[in-house]
Amino acid sequence: MSALVFHDLTVGYGGGAPVIDGLGLEVAEGSVVALLGANGAGKTTLLRALAGLEPARSGRVLLGGRDLTRMSTEDRVRSGLSLVPEGRSVVVELTVDENLRLGGLWRHRARARKAAVEEMYALFPPLDRRRHAAGHTLSGGERQMLALARALLARPEVLLLDEPSLGLAPQATAQLLGVLRATAARTGLTVLLAEQNVTGALSVARRGVVLALGAVVADRPAADLAADPALRHAYLGF
Amino acid sequence: MDRFVFLFSAGLARGAVLALFALSLVIVWRAARVVNFAQAAMAAAAVYAAFAVTAATGSYWAGLLTGLASGALLGAAVERGLMRRLPAHAPLPGIIVAIGLVMVLQAGLAIAFGPEHRPMHPPFSERPFIIGGVPVLSPYDLFTLVAAAAVMGGLALLFGRTSLGLQLRAAAFAPETSRLLGVRVPRMVTLGWALAVATAALAALLLVPTELGLNPHAADLLFVNAFAVAVIGGLDSPAGALLAGIGVGLLVSLVTGYASAAAAPLAVLALLTLVLLVRPGGVFSAKEARTA
Amino acid sequence: MKTPLRALLVTAIAIGATFGLDPFRNYQLATAAACFAAVAGLTVLVGLTGQLSLGHAVLMAAGGYGFAFAATAVEAPWPLALLAGLAAAAAVSGLLGLLLGMAAARLRGPYLAGLTLALVIALPSAASTLPLGGDQGARAPFFAVPEGLSALIAVEQWHAWLAVAIAALAVTPLVMLRSGRAGLRMRAVLDDETAARLSGVDPGLVKAGAFWISAIPAGLGGAVLAVATQQVTPGGYGLAFSLLLVVAAVVGGLGSIGGAAIGSVLVVVLPWAVDELVALAPSDFGQRLDGNLAVLLFGAGLVAMTLAWPGGAARLLDRLRAARPSRFATPSTTTER
Repeated sequence: MSALVFHDLTVGYGGGAPVIDGLGLEVAEGSVVALLGANGAGKTTLLRALAGLEPARSGRVLLGGRDLTRMSTEDRVRSGLSLVPEGRSVVVELTVDENLRLGGLWRHRARARKAAVEEMYALFPPLDRRRHAAGHTLSGGERQMLALARALLARPEVLLLDEPSLGLAPQATAQLLGVLRATAARTGLTVLLAEQNVTGALSVARRGVVLALGAVVADRPAADLAADPALRHAYLGF
Repeated sequence: MDRFVFLFSAGLARGAVLALFALSLVIVWRAARVVNFAQAAMAAAAVYAAFAVTAATGSYWAGLLTGLASGALLGAAVERGLMRRLPAHAPLPGIIVAIGLVMVLQAGLAIAFGPEHRPMHPPFSERPFIIGGVPVLSPYDLFTLVAAAAVMGGLALLFGRTSLGLQLRAAAFAPETSRLLGVRVPRMVTLGWALAVATAALAALLLVPTELGLNPHAADLLFVNAFAVAVIGGLDSPAGALLAGIGVGLLVSLVTGYASAAAAPLAVLALLTLVLLVRPGGVFSAKEARTA
Repeated sequence: MKTPLRALLVTAIAIGATFGLDPFRNYQLATAAACFAAVAGLTVLVGLTGQLSLGHAVLMAAGGYGFAFAATAVEAPWPLALLAGLAAAAAVSGLLGLLLGMAAARLRGPYLAGLTLALVIALPSAASTLPLGGDQGARAPFFAVPEGLSALIAVEQWHAWLAVAIAALAVTPLVMLRSGRAGLRMRAVLDDETAARLSGVDPGLVKAGAFWISAIPAGLGGAVLAVATQQVTPGGYGLAFSLLLVVAAVVGGLGSIGGAAIGSVLVVVLPWAVDELVALAPSDFGQRLDGNLAVLLFGAGLVAMTLAWPGGAARLLDRLRAARPSRFATPSTTTER
C-alpha cells in the first residue's frame, strides 16, 4: 500500500519553464525515502508543491488513496500530510511551548494535547529545558528540533522534511536523524526526506530517489545508491 | 489645581477611548500588516446602525450590541471582499482602497442619513461627581473607562490565554508556517478584522455622545489621534497603545483646557511628528516593527 | 520634441481653447489647472518614489496663503504683485514640503500617509491658531483684465489664461526633472533602496528632495486657486479635497503627467456634472445627493481601479515586488528552484 502517490506533477514559477516537469513517485507506507539531488534540482519546489504552497500546473497528489490535489495547505496538513520547510520555520515571536501547542491544535483536544506536548519534550530533552524561551533565542539545532517535534505532534501519516541538516553541526544532524529513524520505526510514519547531506540521508532511508533538473534520474535502494560511484559523481557531487 | 484635577480626570476617559481605537488599529496591523485608513468611516457606519436601532427600540444597550455586531460584520466583509484581493507585497494599494472605501462610506452615510449632526444621548449622566468641591469624572466617563478596560482586558485574555488567540498571533507573525501547522490563516485574518472594527465601533460609540453628535465624519479626528497613539505606542504593541492612549488623552484634555480646543490637534500633530522622527518604531515597542 | 517646446505648445492650445468656453467653463478650466499642478506633483511623488501623501491639499493651502499675503502686501503694478505672490507661494509650500520630506525620508507607507492625514485634519486648527484669519481665511487680490485686453476677453477667461500659464510654469520643470537624473535616482530608490545606496545614491536625500519637488507645484496650484477665487479658506482644502487629488493621481495612472491632466479635469468636471444631474432629483433627496454622489462614485472608482486595473498602483507593485520580500514570507521561504 502506498501512503503518498503523485503523478504527472508539473510546477513552475511565473510564465517560465517548469521547475518540475511531469514528475511521479509512489512512497510506500512506513518507508523512509531520501530525496537527493544537487542545488536547483527541484527538491524544495517538489515538497512545497506537495504541501500546496506552490500551485501545480498539472498532476495529482494522493494521500492514502485520498485526492489532495484541490485542497489548501491547511487541509492537506489536516489530512495527514505535514511539511517541515527548509531553514528556520519556528514562529520566533512565540515561546517553545506555544510553538508546540500550535502544532497540535487541530489534532488534539486540550488534555490529549498536553500529553502529546510532554511526549515531545521527552523525545527532545533540549526543548524541555527551554519551554518558556522565545523562539528567537533558540539555536539553529534547537529550532530544527522544535520544527520536527511540532510536526510530529500532529501525528501525520506522511512527513515531508526539507533539508533538516541545513546549517547544523554534524552532531546535531546525527541526533535529529536518529530521532527521526526511531520515530519512523516505532510509529510507522512515512517520511520523504530531501537532503543535500547524502550520506546522512541514505543512512536513515531505505530507498533513495535522485532528482536532476526536475526529473527522476535514479530510484534505488539506499544501499545501492551509496555504493554507486558513477551516480554519486554525476548527480550528487561527491 | 481644581481645574487640573478636572481636566486630568476628563483626559483619562478621553484617553481610554483613544487607547481603544488605537488598539483596534494595532489588531488589524498585527493580523494583516496594513493600517486601515477606513477604520473611522467603518466605525461611523457601525455607530449609525447602533443609532438606528436605539431610535427604533429606545434601548441604548440594543444599539450598543448592534453597533458591535455590525462593526464586526463590516470588518469581515471588507477583508473578504476587498483587502484579500489585493497583492500582499506593498502597502500602497491597501491604503488607496481604504481611501476609496472612506469616500464611499462617508458619502453613502451622508446620502442615507443626511449630513447634519444627530444628537446621541448617553445612557448615564454627563454631570460630573463633585468630590471635595472639585468636579471629577461623570458617571458616563466612569462607564467609558469601565467599558474600555473590560474590552481591553477581554482582548488581552483572548490573545494571550486561548487557543484561538494563539492561532491569531501565529497567523499574524508567520502566515506560511502557520498554514503548515493546519491553522486556517485566511479565517484568522478575517477574524482579526472583525475584532478590530468591532473594537473601533465601540470606541466611536463611547465617544460620540460626548461630542457634537453623530455625523459621517464623527470619527475622523478620533482616527487621526488614535493613529498618533498607535504610532507612539508602536503599531505592534497593544500595551503601548494603552499607555500612549492615556498619555495623548491627557495631552489633548490639558491643551484644550489651558490653551484652546483648536490647539489640541496641533499638539497631537507635533507629538506625532516628533515620535516619527525620533523613534519611528514607536516609544514602547521592544523591537523594530518588521516592515512598514 | 524638447519638453519646453511641448509645454509651450500645450499652453498655447489651452489658451486658445479658452475662446471656445463660456465664463463658467473658463472658471472650471482655471480650477482644473490648479488641480493639475498639484496632482502632477503628487503623481510624480507617488509614482516615482512610492510615497503616498494624503496632505497635498495642505501644501496647496500653504501656497495659497503665501500668495494671498505676499501679493496683497506688494504695492506694485499687477505683474510684479503676481510674481511676488507666486514666489511666496513656491517658497512657503516648498518649505513645508521640505519639512515633510525630511520626515518622509525616514518613513514609508502607512506612517507617511498617516502623518500627512494628520496634517490635513489639523489645518482648520492651524488656521485659527496661527494668524491666518481663522475660518474666514485670507483675501487674495483681484487681478483685473489688463487694459489692452479688456475689450476682448472677460475676467474669467483672463484668470484661465493666468491659471494655464502658472500651471505650465509649475509642471514643466517637474517633467524635466523627472526625465533627467533626478528621476533616475527616484526610480533607483523605489526599485531597491539598498542597491541605490550601494551605487552612491542617498535614499533619504532623494525622498526628501522628491517631496520638496512635489510640494512646489502644489503650492503654485494653490496660488492659481487664490487667483481664481480671490480667497484662501481652510475649509476649501479639507480632507475631501485632499482625497480628490489622490483620486486624480490614481485615475490618471500613478507617475503619468498626462494622466494627471486627465484626472484633474475629471475631478473638477465630474462632481459638477453629477450635481447638475442630481438637481433634477426631488429636492429633499437631491439635497442629500448633492456633492455626496460624486464622492461616492469617485470612491467606488478608486476601489474598483485599484482592485482590477494593474496600470496605476500595480506597475509600482511590480517594482516593489522585485525589491522586497513578500509580506507573507516567513524567514523560511528561501526557495530552491
